Amino acid sequence: MTLESIISVRNLHVSYRDRKVLKGINLDIYKNRITAIMGPSGCGKSTLLRCMNRMIDLSEGARVGGKVLYRGENIYSPKIDPAQIRFRIGMVFQKPNPFPKSIFENVAFGPRINGYKGDLSALVEQSLQRAGLWDEVKDRLHENAYMLSGGQQQRLCIARALALEPEVLLLDEPCSALDPISTMHVEELIRQLKERLTIVIVTHNIQQAARVADYTAFLLQGELVEFGETSRMFTVPKDKRTEDFITGRFG
Amino acid sequence: MIRQDEMFSPGLQNRQRRNRIFKWIFLSANLLGLVVLAALLVKVMRDSWGWLDLQFISSFPSRFPEKAGILPALYGTVYLMIITAVFAIPLGIGAAVFLEEYAKKSKFLSIIQVNIYNLAGIPSIVYGILGLTVFVRWMMLGRSLLAGGLTMGLLILPVIIVTAQEAIRAVPQSWRHASYALGASKWQTIRYVVLPSALPGILTGIILALSRAIGETAPLIPIGALTFIRVIPGSLFDSFTVLPIQIYNWTSRPQDDFRAIAAAGIVVLLVVLLGMNSIAILLRNKYQGRIKEV
Amino acid sequence: MVDSAGKGFRREKGVEILLALAASVSVLVTIGIVVSLFSETAGFFKEVSVKEFFTGTKWTPLFSPAHYGIAPLVAGTMLVTVIAMIVAAPLGLASAIYLSEYAPDGVRRLIKPVLEILAGIPTIVYGYFALTFVTPIIRAVFPQTNVFNALSAGIVMGIMLIPMISSLSEDAMTAVPNSLREAAYALGATKLEVSYKVVIPAAVSGIVASFILAFSRAIGETMIVTLAAGSTPKLTFNPLDSIQTMTAFIVQVMLGDAPFGSIEYKSVYAVASVLFVVTLSLNLIGTWIVRRYKEVY
Repeated sequence: MTLESIISVRNLHVSYRDRKVLKGINLDIYKNRITAIMGPSGCGKSTLLRCMNRMIDLSEGARVGGKVLYRGENIYSPKIDPAQIRFRIGMVFQKPNPFPKSIFENVAFGPRINGYKGDLSALVEQSLQRAGLWDEVKDRLHENAYMLSGGQQQRLCIARALALEPEVLLLDEPCSALDPISTMHVEELIRQLKERLTIVIVTHNIQQAARVADYTAFLLQGELVEFGETSRMFTVPKDKRTEDFITGRFG
Repeated sequence: MIRQDEMFSPGLQNRQRRNRIFKWIFLSANLLGLVVLAALLVKVMRDSWGWLDLQFISSFPSRFPEKAGILPALYGTVYLMIITAVFAIPLGIGAAVFLEEYAKKSKFLSIIQVNIYNLAGIPSIVYGILGLTVFVRWMMLGRSLLAGGLTMGLLILPVIIVTAQEAIRAVPQSWRHASYALGASKWQTIRYVVLPSALPGILTGIILALSRAIGETAPLIPIGALTFIRVIPGSLFDSFTVLPIQIYNWTSRPQDDFRAIAAAGIVVLLVVLLGMNSIAILLRNKYQGRIKEV
Repeated sequence: MVDSAGKGFRREKGVEILLALAASVSVLVTIGIVVSLFSETAGFFKEVSVKEFFTGTKWTPLFSPAHYGIAPLVAGTMLVTVIAMIVAAPLGLASAIYLSEYAPDGVRRLIKPVLEILAGIPTIVYGYFALTFVTPIIRAVFPQTNVFNALSAGIVMGIMLIPMISSLSEDAMTAVPNSLREAAYALGATKLEVSYKVVIPAAVSGIVASFILAFSRAIGETMIVTLAAGSTPKLTFNPLDSIQTMTAFIVQVMLGDAPFGSIEYKSVYAVASVLFVVTLSLNLIGTWIVRRYKEVY
């Protein structure tokens, strides 16, 4: 079976003023696979993720060098509008960040601004179903999203991203603010979503990477130490630093 | 599965164009402020051209605009500000220290706090009527400098309290703990730790409050500051006038020459205010720098 | 040792009492305002019926036959303040959106001081500007305009309020967590969409509060209207007409020589009481809303 690369990171450098955060990253994200980016805090993993949909543009003082190819096109080319990339590549954040609007309006937000031509309520229902939230909220779609629990809010944020039918979904430590049960729900959901889209998940949690990811990239101090199939990396790491990290010697 | 490109028509180009247009609209709302400020300054300068000279600063008001000056108004303004400051500053800082350092969180405290915020929003003319009733009549101070100063003091009291509170609140709690750990009493801690480090913030608030008081006209009208003053006030109980009142008097006359000396008075007033505000901004910048170092 | 500790304790207690007294002055001021306003207002209502005051449509306390219906003063005040808000609300909000969402740091550092200077200009100067600059322009466009008119005073008052609305609304917008902006950008929103679909709705209570506080300030503003809007109490909605506001009436009587205890003198207190109650209510609502949204985030 051949692997199709949907995002290719090529010699990516990022610096904040004179502090180098990413130093020459090369990485391929494979289609319909789950890729975990793991590493200790401050290693640059969130920055790497934010480079994949140009959310990095919003960080003040960040300078990006190198390329990120999405379907073969460099998303940092001047003729590309970042909004267009973000429309195609969804993102879910560390802390659940629903809008202070109703559950329905949260999911409908993306389709509305991007001119959805179909039946909006059907799309909202479908997205909530895919996020495994429909049964819990179908009777209170017009309640404020803040009435939901933390885990439900995070699944709502996933549904909100899914409503745009993205090809890729970027998850930035999506479970770091959640309790173990909610974490389990979200991880289960991620595994299900793999069938229809490509997922990149940032985590500092080694077990989480082992549980959900097909491929894992290990990042340390802005450098990509090792990348490969998760099962292989966790059994026979090639690099000593990877071994130290997964055996808990630091991080 | 829905195909994204079939079911969505983002129309990003149009949306980004709208974004750019509105960015300019939002910016021009700010530029309008700049334009108005420029127009106002140019207008006042042009109107006062040739009228603002040493004679204007050093003369008494007169029926003849070319002989009229603002000397008693300048003295009145300075005296009034001294009374206002002497009255309002200790009271304001004292109240702020009590509210921040002593008062326990309670219903009563929150009522006092809301009361202070609301005092800041009461129209200044109402303060004038308060001053007229309480100071001029009940306390029988007459239409005097003292009555005016006390009235103005009450007017700026809430501003001083609120800014002093903010400055005191910005002093790190750990500094207080350090002082207590060295055996200092509460008052010693406030006096030697809290107040000195809050001082720049408190001073900024005082200057801003006083510069508001310098420009206030309305509260002094009921006190009766609008008089044709021919002497410089010599005691707390003398009648007085101040710059804004003098400017008002001249502006409300229809003759162009009086408008011109009103404009000259405005220039003097604005220069004084600009000076005070620059000091406040300098203080604030220094202060902000210090807090960041901590 | 014990002795000096006792002395120290007494001093500590003494200081606390002094400071508590300072804090209580603010309460005394409020009581003073209420008592002084309502004492004379009570006297006013011994001579004029409450019904006439609130329902009468003529206000002529200085001529005979004297009428004491406050409606014309309220109408004059409303006319000017509504014009001021039409100017200040959209411009102040637009200014706040630019400062909070669009402005690069450098531009912000240029704009903020200009707004602070505008906010610090005394109202008497704005009054001069209205009368000698804005009014002639209006009269050039609409020759039938009175020398004293509500429009000129309203426009200039609106400009005066822009910094206030801008700064309070900006505070409300910067209090909106960045995570909400990120969520919208991640869905492909433009900056404009982030501003009006996410930030403004989330900050709406603070924005409304800024409008209410500005409105209250406009109602109490005195010198601009005294100089530029005129002194003819009139029930009119014509902005080019001369009117009189509540505040301008107070000034008019205070400048004259209505003797203490006369009905004209007392009428000032009645008008000032209305002014006080209206502005106080608006301020209470405004600060209540501000406090509430501060609790949300």
